Amino acid sequence: MDHLILRVTAKLLFAPILLFALYVQFHGDYGPGGGFQAGVIFAVSFILHALIFGLDQTQKAMSQRILLVLMVVGIIFYAGTGFATMLLGGNLLGYDALAPNSTHHAGQHWGILLVEFGVGMTVFSTMLTIFYHYAGREPEIDPEDW
Amino acid sequence: MNLIEQLPALPIITPLLLAPITILLPKGKISWLYATAISWLIFFFCAMLLHQVYMHGPISYFLGNWAPPLGIEYRVDLANALLLFLISAIGALVFPYSYASIMAEIDERQTPFFYAALLLCMTGLLGVTITGDAFNVFVFLEISSLSTYALVALGARQDRRALTAAFNYLVMGTIGATFFVIGLGLLYQATGTLNMADMQGKLVGLDNRMVQSGFAFIFVGMGLKLAMFPLHLWLPNAYAYAPSSVTAFLAATATKVALYVLIRFFYSIFHAANGIDIGSLFATLQYVVMPVAVIGMFVASLVAVFQDDVKRMLAYSSVAQIGYMLLGLSLGSEAGLSATMVHMFNHALMKGALFMAVGCVVFRLGGHRISHFTGLARRMPWTAGAFIISGLSLVGVPLTVGFVSKWMLLQATFEVGQWIPSFLIVASSLIAVVYVGRIIEIMLRSPDPDNPLPSVKEAPLLMLVPMWILVIANVYLGLQTDLTVDIAKGAAEAFDLVVRGAR
Repeated sequence: MDHLILRVTAKLLFAPILLFALYVQFHGDYGPGGGFQAGVIFAVSFILHALIFGLDQTQKAMSQRILLVLMVVGIIFYAGTGFATMLLGGNLLGYDALAPNSTHHAGQHWGILLVEFGVGMTVFSTMLTIFYHYAGREPEIDPEDW
Repeated sequence: MNLIEQLPALPIITPLLLAPITILLPKGKISWLYATAISWLIFFFCAMLLHQVYMHGPISYFLGNWAPPLGIEYRVDLANALLLFLISAIGALVFPYSYASIMAEIDERQTPFFYAALLLCMTGLLGVTITGDAFNVFVFLEISSLSTYALVALGARQDRRALTAAFNYLVMGTIGATFFVIGLGLLYQATGTLNMADMQGKLVGLDNRMVQSGFAFIFVGMGLKLAMFPLHLWLPNAYAYAPSSVTAFLAATATKVALYVLIRFFYSIFHAANGIDIGSLFATLQYVVMPVAVIGMFVASLVAVFQDDVKRMLAYSSVAQIGYMLLGLSLGSEAGLSATMVHMFNHALMKGALFMAVGCVVFRLGGHRISHFTGLARRMPWTAGAFIISGLSLVGVPLTVGFVSKWMLLQATFEVGQWIPSFLIVASSLIAVVYVGRIIEIMLRSPDPDNPLPSVKEAPLLMLVPMWILVIANVYLGLQTDLTVDIAKGAAEAFDLVVRGAR
């Protein structure tokens, strides 16, 4: 892996891609975007890393165990937001209960922000897990044995 | 939080929120305990819900406080409350049962994932049942189906054919879901709403190609999901190669839920709306559903007779039993519909118990071919006893629930003067005598004195107790018929029937 140009470019791109993912994530309420797209873009930076530096290096940075936890935490954010509104006295997913005194339904804004955050987290970790599993899969029959 | 007010949301949100945590728990016992506790909690919620609906009438719950038809509505009447109760009860029994069975059948490292998937599958089925929003049905159907594919594939450690079975199921199930969603799209185009009650109102007086083809798409899509006779090909393999406890759970719940959706669309939406004019709906019932049901009853029963694999045999028998349910539905009368509801409930009890008994045999003897059952009455008396009682219930012997549902079905066919189907119900029950009798005969066969079979330990208590609870329910509800029959009658009324008058 001595492709200097590739390595330098990948390092240059890594952080901006993450930043762009966060932009898509948090701007999702106002413009195109949201958790799904942001999660995929976030995962893309890691996939790029794996393609250039190899799967082992990426898995050192972001292990499968962490991804599993992120996956679960994302879903808990997602469903938990709905559940929290129930605890606060609203119906399931009744985001207005998050900011009951707001005059402009700020609760709706908070609710969707939290839900999208959960979606982004889960989509990111699921995408990367799928990639890990495909990329790290041992071929069932060794090419030598054909 | 007001528990009673929030009750309809709880059976859905609790497992959805808590199921993912299962995969972070240590494998084996702890994740099992955790999942079992959740399943009991859901059962508690569903039982409370049934009680509420039985006492105080239908409940409506607005998600996010958005009123329907804009928002999503959960609507619980007696029909789906009964089904919710059934699903959660089977779940609450299958989870304790799973522990030993799953430890033996799948890789131990996969157990947390297994329990999470089973919980999600249950969530999906409960969601399909509880919702009053047509698109929500599709979403939950996908949640349950996707987890089911994974669960079926987990049988691969026992038998690699589970992988192709799961893939087949995936293809067929996806086609079914796609047809369903195409049908929904057409209806949405025609009515501009996805809320079931609102859709019924908007369909009044509408009878055009779009509505008719929407109806047809939904019928075929759901027909695939519920394994209606010529569309049943995914079912036998999926049931045969899935892990035992998965088969017990799916056989008792999954097809019932799809059937429920079909009834909902047939009766609560199309029929009550008179949208498709009554003539063509009844033509569908009489010239499509009824023949398909009757042929399914016979062909699937006959195929079951010639199976060497007991799980496959029971799977084909399930296809035949779905024929009975469709027959009740196709009569277009309230009696027929309540017979279908009763049979849905009762069939879950018997098939649950039967597949659990097969699971016990797999656990101790390592296979589910007919030869594994030789002399079982002596080797594993409790398992064999459970199989025999629930097998008799499947045939429809008096004093069991099977008799109650066949009796109600016969009554319903007499009531509308359909003599041929009523004769056929009895005739096909005789085929059930053959295939169940064949296994019972082998189990009771006295041992060969020259070549005695090695003795086997009885299955662990954790597997026997859930199984016997179902067996006792088979007998108890066969004697105390009021409970199920009453609720099922109320359930049939809940589908807004005006059928008799309309006919």
